[in-house]
Order: sequence, then structure tokens, then C-alpha cells
Amino acid sequence: MTDASPAKVTASENRPKGLTGLIEDWSSDQRAFKNVSWRKAMMWIFLLSDTFIFSIFLLSYMTARMSTKVGWPNASEVFSLHIGHTNFPLLLIAIMTFVLISSSGTMVLAVNYGYRKNRKLTAIMLLVTALLGATFVGMQAFEWTKLISEGVRPWGNPMGAPQFGGIFFMITGFHGTHVSIGVIFLLVMAVKVWRGDYDKQSKGYFTSRKGEYECVEIMGLYWHFVDLVWVFIFAFFYLW
Amino acid sequence: MVDSNDSHRIKIIKTIPHQNDEYSATEIPADGHQAHPLKVYFVVWGWLFILSACSYAIDFMGVQGYLRWTLILFFMLVKAGLIVAIFMHIIWERLSLTYAILLPPMAVLVFVAIMAIESNYTVLTRFIFFDGG
Repeated sequence: MTDASPAKVTASENRPKGLTGLIEDWSSDQRAFKNVSWRKAMMWIFLLSDTFIFSIFLLSYMTARMSTKVGWPNASEVFSLHIGHTNFPLLLIAIMTFVLISSSGTMVLAVNYGYRKNRKLTAIMLLVTALLGATFVGMQAFEWTKLISEGVRPWGNPMGAPQFGGIFFMITGFHGTHVSIGVIFLLVMAVKVWRGDYDKQSKGYFTSRKGEYECVEIMGLYWHFVDLVWVFIFAFFYLW
Repeated sequence: MVDSNDSHRIKIIKTIPHQNDEYSATEIPADGHQAHPLKVYFVVWGWLFILSACSYAIDFMGVQGYLRWTLILFFMLVKAGLIVAIFMHIIWERLSLTYAILLPPMAVLVFVAIMAIESNYTVLTRFIFFDGG
């Protein structure tokens, strides 16, 4: 009798791959996700639900923008920055994009060094990721301040369709909240890695499950998702 | 006594791991941990920078119309694909997880189509009834 506890069911190399594997994994009394731990599966399912939330936000934005008679404000002008005598369209947003992508890069490095049991580098990379995330939120706060001082409100603005403000504050606000929560958890995780919790397999606060470096990878899934959402917001809200 | 059916089955089981030899570099480690060489991450990281720069260039150079929308969608999808496939390790996961995560959001596309039709109708009625008043 094989041990069916989630951590033990790992044999995947003997199972059929491709479409046959898909059907075999989902059929009859068994775990569907053969080599994925409960934590990773739950994080993916959470991210799936979060995908729907952001999809609905972008969808309501599309509906508002398509059904308004008043012209939609030109994002390229609204979010431009004056530096010296030149006007750079979307400059701050572009910098924010690069900051977030860089933080995704440092996150994969943290995951990788975690699996190599390099405690120090993992913690440093997590801290750098958190720092870049905090920078992103800071720039977003600057952007909000600038727009509010220009008279953009959730119920109206001087540039065009009144829905612009409400949509902008809701979508970027929700995304910024995700980034902020991510920064907090990155810092918590950096401390845990630094203390060596995952080397000693100390138990977690909520779950009292053994700590493992896989937790860093699962944190990474959340962080990359935040980056992923920004890719869509950047395309649809700022560039469209 | 081994009957011919059984020996046939054994042969199949033995050949399965070798069917995907071309993918051996992306084989899932036995413990399910996603540990991969760093090079692939740096390559993807670089591409994400290049693609983001391309997206920004669309706006900077003032490309308009259908070309603009096509390019925005193209760069967005490639970037999203790279993040999900490599950074989130989806290409190294088994299909049962991949499909469970990637198929449900496709339903959103139906919703998009419905709301696009609805919005067109709304704006039409707004032009008809609100423009005079």
C-alpha cells in the first residue's frame, strides 16, 4: 500500500504524459495533481479566482469605455511627465513596468537559490523583490497624488468621460493593494528564510505544517501573478 | 508463464518514459520541485524587458488604429505567456494542472463578447435618446 499523503505522492515519471495523462490524472478516485503539493495547488486555485476578479474589473472598464458618449481621456497625455522642457508620454508608467518586471526576475532567483538551500542569497533576493515592490507602490502613490491634484475624482474629471476616475482608482488601487500585501508577505518570508526556518523545517504559524523551501516558490507564484495582472492593466488601461 | 498480452503491456510501460526524449531537458524532477538552470530565467527576464520597451515604443511613436491595438495585444500576450510558462513554471507542470488553471479563464472571453455587444447597444440608445436633450 503506497502512502497517499500529499507529500508522498510524487511518482509522476511512470505515468502517461500528454492528453492521455490529462484524462488518467482526472479520472477515478485519486489526486488530480500528482506531483503538486497541497499548498501549490491551493495557491493556483486562489490565483484562478483572483484572475476572475481582475477580469471582471477590466471587463467593466471595457463596458464603461465602449458605452460612453463622452470621449475617453487620452491616457498618453494624462499620464505624461514634464522633465525639463520635454513631455514624456507614460514615462512613470513605463518605469513602474520595468520595476515590477525586475522584481519578478529577482523573485525567480530567490526561488532558485531556495531550492539550492542557499539561505543567504534567497533572503537577499526576497528583500530586493520586496524593495522593488515597495518602490512600485510608492510611484503609484505619486501618480495618484498627481491625478487627484489635477482634479480627477471617482465621479468625474476635467479630461473627459466621468467614469475614467472611478475605473482608474478601482483597478490600480486593487492592484496596488495586491502589491502591498505581497511586499508584507515577502518581508515575512525573508525573515523566515534568514532565520533558517526552512532548513530546520520549523512549523508555520497558521498551518503548523513543516516549513520547506517550496513556500518560496508559492510566494513567487503570487508575486508573478501580480506582475501578470500589471501586464494586462498596462496594455488595456494605459496603452489602449 | 507470460502471455503475449502481458509482455506487450510491459513493453509499452517501458517505452513511455522515452517517448518524450526531446523534452528531457524540461522533465519534472521526481520530487515535484521546480529547480531549473538560471540561464532560462535570465533569457526570459531579458525578453520581458525588450517586450515592455516595445509596448512603450508603440505609445512613444504614436502608432494609431488597428496596428496599435494589434501590437498592444501581441506584446501583452507574449509577455503574459512568458511569465506564466517560465516564471510560474507552467510548462514544467503536468497537463492536469495546466488545463485546470488555463481553461476556466477562457470563459471570460465569452463574457467579453457579450458585453461588447451590449455596450454597442447602450451607446446607440444614448445617442438616440440623450443627444437631443
